[in-house]
Amino acid sequence: MITATAPVIEEKNYLNAEHGLKSWLLTQDHKRIALLYLMAVSVFFIVGGFFAVLIRLELATPAGDLLDSNTYNKVFTMHGVVMIFFFLIPSIPAILGNFLLPLMIGAKDLAFPRINLLSWYVYMLAGILGTTVLLTGGVDTGWTFYTPLSSTYSNGYVVLTAMAAFVAGFSSILTGLNFIVTVHRMRAPGLTWFRLPLFVWAHYATSVVMILGTPVIAVTLFLLMLERGLHIGFFDPAYGGDPVLFQHLFWFYSHPAVYIMILPSMGVISEVVSTFCTKKPFGYTFIAFSSVAIAVFGFLVWGHHLFVSSQSAYAGMVFSILTYIVAIPSAIKVFNWSATMYKGQVRLETPMLYALGFIGLFTIGGLTGLFLAAMGLNVHVTDTYFVVAHFHYVMVGGGVMGYLAGLHHWWPKMFGRMYSRTWSMVAAGLVFIGFNLTFFPQFLLGYMGMPRRYHVYPPEFQVLNVLSSAGASILALGFLIPGIYLTWSLKYGAKAPANPWGGVTLEWQTSSPPPTSNFDVTPVITNEVYDYTNQEVPHIG
Amino acid sequence: MQAHTEEHHIVPKRVYALVFVTLIILTWVTAWVSTVDLGRMNIYVALSIAVFKATLVVLFFMHVKYGSRLTKLIVCSGILWLMLLLFITMSDIWTRGWIGVPGR
Repeated sequence: MITATAPVIEEKNYLNAEHGLKSWLLTQDHKRIALLYLMAVSVFFIVGGFFAVLIRLELATPAGDLLDSNTYNKVFTMHGVVMIFFFLIPSIPAILGNFLLPLMIGAKDLAFPRINLLSWYVYMLAGILGTTVLLTGGVDTGWTFYTPLSSTYSNGYVVLTAMAAFVAGFSSILTGLNFIVTVHRMRAPGLTWFRLPLFVWAHYATSVVMILGTPVIAVTLFLLMLERGLHIGFFDPAYGGDPVLFQHLFWFYSHPAVYIMILPSMGVISEVVSTFCTKKPFGYTFIAFSSVAIAVFGFLVWGHHLFVSSQSAYAGMVFSILTYIVAIPSAIKVFNWSATMYKGQVRLETPMLYALGFIGLFTIGGLTGLFLAAMGLNVHVTDTYFVVAHFHYVMVGGGVMGYLAGLHHWWPKMFGRMYSRTWSMVAAGLVFIGFNLTFFPQFLLGYMGMPRRYHVYPPEFQVLNVLSSAGASILALGFLIPGIYLTWSLKYGAKAPANPWGGVTLEWQTSSPPPTSNFDVTPVITNEVYDYTNQEVPHIG
Repeated sequence: MQAHTEEHHIVPKRVYALVFVTLIILTWVTAWVSTVDLGRMNIYVALSIAVFKATLVVLFFMHVKYGSRLTKLIVCSGILWLMLLLFITMSDIWTRGWIGVPGR
């Protein structure tokens, strides 16, 4: 992919170019902003994880002996709000996307560096609002804010929480806008659309979803605030509104938001699988266009969340069929990753372990989504633990596994240090085992009829709940260990070479960590992306 | 990398002033028409004025009238998405009575 205009490796890099707090807080360097996001998002992941721990502790016994019902409502609400709006949505785009997108297209920065910094400050403002809710009493509506509970009956801080999600949405819009303009306007000479890495395609599709969908959730939450605060009728029948309208507007964004969480992960997996198989991804064009297809069809399936909400049966049928259709581009990706591995030189390094985990778990998550798309079965499992298990297989099994795969893949590039190979493999194994032990029993619980969002349950469900809580402990350990060895690596890790894994995309052609301007000489691209013809496979470990 | 060759169009101040005055007048018309009972047409008149005002803002204040074709495409895709949201949501409302609900 790269011509002989490879940049000169230099000691000065973006980490040591400037010093002091001000140099970080006022930086316009996309790489530094990515690290600001990394720190903030990691804190929210810990906070969201803490709430998950409380949920699983409570559910270890059938009685409500740790939390009362009101507190439990607040705990699962804050777990959802924090994990979705403050961790899953920004994690890969704002951290890895911010860091890598300009590098992958041979640009010096994103198109609007100041807007990029602004997006972080907007995100932090949203975080402060969310934290204020946490510290002052919380909210109990569930992350979905369904009316009329949220608009009329809830005693929690609904408006402040909705405001936090509203503001976080603007951060997301700014990031999406920046990515779209950057991909259109700042590609290196010779880097045509079909020479773009699949990571960039995935982020482009994600950005389209961000800027088309996020304004709708912002407006919806604003309408909710108006109804709750000023009693202007949108969703309350007493004021002439319709509660189901809220669900339509909410899911018009929130279902595509699942693709905001999963598409970037798919981009990561495409890169990792290709690199660690030393092979061009099978069906590059299909994978690229399947990202766009997921972005488009993902917007047309929201009504499958409303099968039991008095939605018309005819609308339900259409949404059911469309939901089956959206599985096709997702399946294309899974088949193509598998085909890429076929006869490839598969190297089981840590990022590849996470990628393999992603493929297996996302497949289970996706296929159980088809169960839920079937209207008849959906009635049986609506609002049960089957749904909880399904979306955790997609969002954690897909989103978080992809994030961890990406973080381990590009960590040497981001910080110029290698992490412990042994410990990282142990952690990847623990995450995979812990995740399955946590969430697979929940499929069974849901199918047997255990509803979600209750802190007490019949004793016959205890064995599976104990298994789930035990799995959550292993999962927590699996998340804790990377926190330790990655932090350790920053000071004690071996120096990373420019290209430790034998990747061929542009970011591997500059030094680790990269200089502030990314490339000393603007790269000129003359051949195809994923050309491994002259790429040597490095030996690691 | 594509060269940024478009020149920025400088809009005369009188155009802005004219648009501003039109928006003020239409706001006054919106308030006035709300006091007139037009029956079923109330909502259509109010929405028509609102859409016209929004179009003026998008075309002139947001410079879309002078933007590139790509800018116009982005705006159109946003409107298309809004139409999808409204049409599919309304399709639920329109078809709710098509199948009888037992006991209702």
